[in-house]
Amino acid sequence: MIKVKNLCKSFNNQQVLSDISVIFEPGKTNLIIGRSGSGKTVLLKSIVGLHEIDSGEIWYENIIFNQLDFSARKDIRKEMGMLFQGAALFDSLTVEQNVRYPLDMFTGQTNEEKVDRVNFCLKRVDIINANNLYPSELSGGMKKRVAIARAISLNPKYLFCDEPNSGLDPITTILIDELIKELTEEYSMTTVVNTHDMNSVMKIGEKIVFISDGIKCWEGGKDEILHSDCDTLNDFVFSNALAKKLRSSSKQHMA
Amino acid sequence: MLLNFLIQTGRYFVLLKRVFSKPEKPVIYYRQTMREFVFLGLNSIGIVTIISFFMGAVITLQTAYNTENPIYPTYLIGLGCRDSIILEFSSTVCALILAGKVGSNIASEIGTMRVTEQIDALEIMGVNSASYLILPKIIATLLFNPFLTLISITVGILGGWIAGTMAGVITSEDFIYGIQYAFIPYYITYSLIKTVFFAFIITSVSAFQGYYVEGGSLEVGRASTKAVVYSSVLILLFNVILTQLLLS
Repeated sequence: MIKVKNLCKSFNNQQVLSDISVIFEPGKTNLIIGRSGSGKTVLLKSIVGLHEIDSGEIWYENIIFNQLDFSARKDIRKEMGMLFQGAALFDSLTVEQNVRYPLDMFTGQTNEEKVDRVNFCLKRVDIINANNLYPSELSGGMKKRVAIARAISLNPKYLFCDEPNSGLDPITTILIDELIKELTEEYSMTTVVNTHDMNSVMKIGEKIVFISDGIKCWEGGKDEILHSDCDTLNDFVFSNALAKKLRSSSKQHMA
Repeated sequence: MLLNFLIQTGRYFVLLKRVFSKPEKPVIYYRQTMREFVFLGLNSIGIVTIISFFMGAVITLQTAYNTENPIYPTYLIGLGCRDSIILEFSSTVCALILAGKVGSNIASEIGTMRVTEQIDALEIMGVNSASYLILPKIIATLLFNPFLTLISITVGILGGWIAGTMAGVITSEDFIYGIQYAFIPYYITYSLIKTVFFAFIITSVSAFQGYYVEGGSLEVGRASTKAVVYSSVLILLFNVILTQLLLS
């Protein structure tokens, strides 16, 4: 479980996140949603410790993560996996070396064990016969899947995904969403996903947190999101033409 | 401006503290260092050789044309070529050239890793990214650049000898006598000490510029330029300081 308490973050005296408190539950796909520039990525990067926060607390189980120094954070970081917006694969390493990297760095496994684990992770994300390819030779969707394989190679307790579907076609988006959900359930991970894609929200969102202008405006499940009283959330959820049409026809039907 | 200078200097030393912390897995650092030997060291031999050869040739011809006087024995051309190359050219001028080649390479490599979140990915895994990325580069250049300097000295003198004899400004015997005449072995030590300092400046300053890039490809380009400019200025400054300390 990850607990965020009264988190505040600013850059150059400009407040980006104000008093955010939220609990991300284990075994669930927790979603942070909001418009571009609302502070989703800053919140995610603050939770994983890539941004130092101004005030508040970030708890991983019963440890206050943000009060630990770099070396003390290492133990918790080894239990984290993260999928970045651009995949962030290491350009100079092959697919196999990318996935193997955390194993080389943090385990005492034999070469055979590492190869087995790499192949297992790559198979799990449906990457076959690409072990010796470099990231520049992969498509966007493949890069994301390799990044997921790297993220799960150490069996993490926490999985963070920053806009996992950005730049992907609708079918690949569905595949990535399904993969994240399956892995979350399979390994009982606490998964936190940043997205502004409503299809992902409706498909994998078990707990949803809506952020607007750095403030948490709403939280709940995917079944509640369509019936919320929060105007800012409704503007976001029903922003596309199809959703607007469906909503107005639904209202007419109700009337 | 002064405040900004102090802040940047402070950040530089904070980064160095992280760079010189205990490596997580020495075997992986060893592998990285070997890789850097090739990228930063072996791949620089070509440019150092070409520039040293022609600089040695020019130094010989310039010395010859500026000492055309029956009072001066011609072997002084060889002596002048040798001392210019050992004392200044092979350490300082080669360092300035390497600041351009290696410095921009380091800043753009690390800067690109920063803007594409590869450094964030390392941090998330619990890897000390500063140490993992920068320490092998520093070790590789500190150990390899002295060899580049020795290569430069050898090729520079060879260039001077070939140019001098081919142009007919000095005989082969006089040149060889000149490069042996009043030779002070300490000059080589002095040159190598300077090389080690300059190697550290080039690598650490360029890595610093790349590591703290914010933005996109435009900023990576700017960081690369800054790396070359700041490294060059610091090389020239430390050249004065080290010369005073080591030769006075």
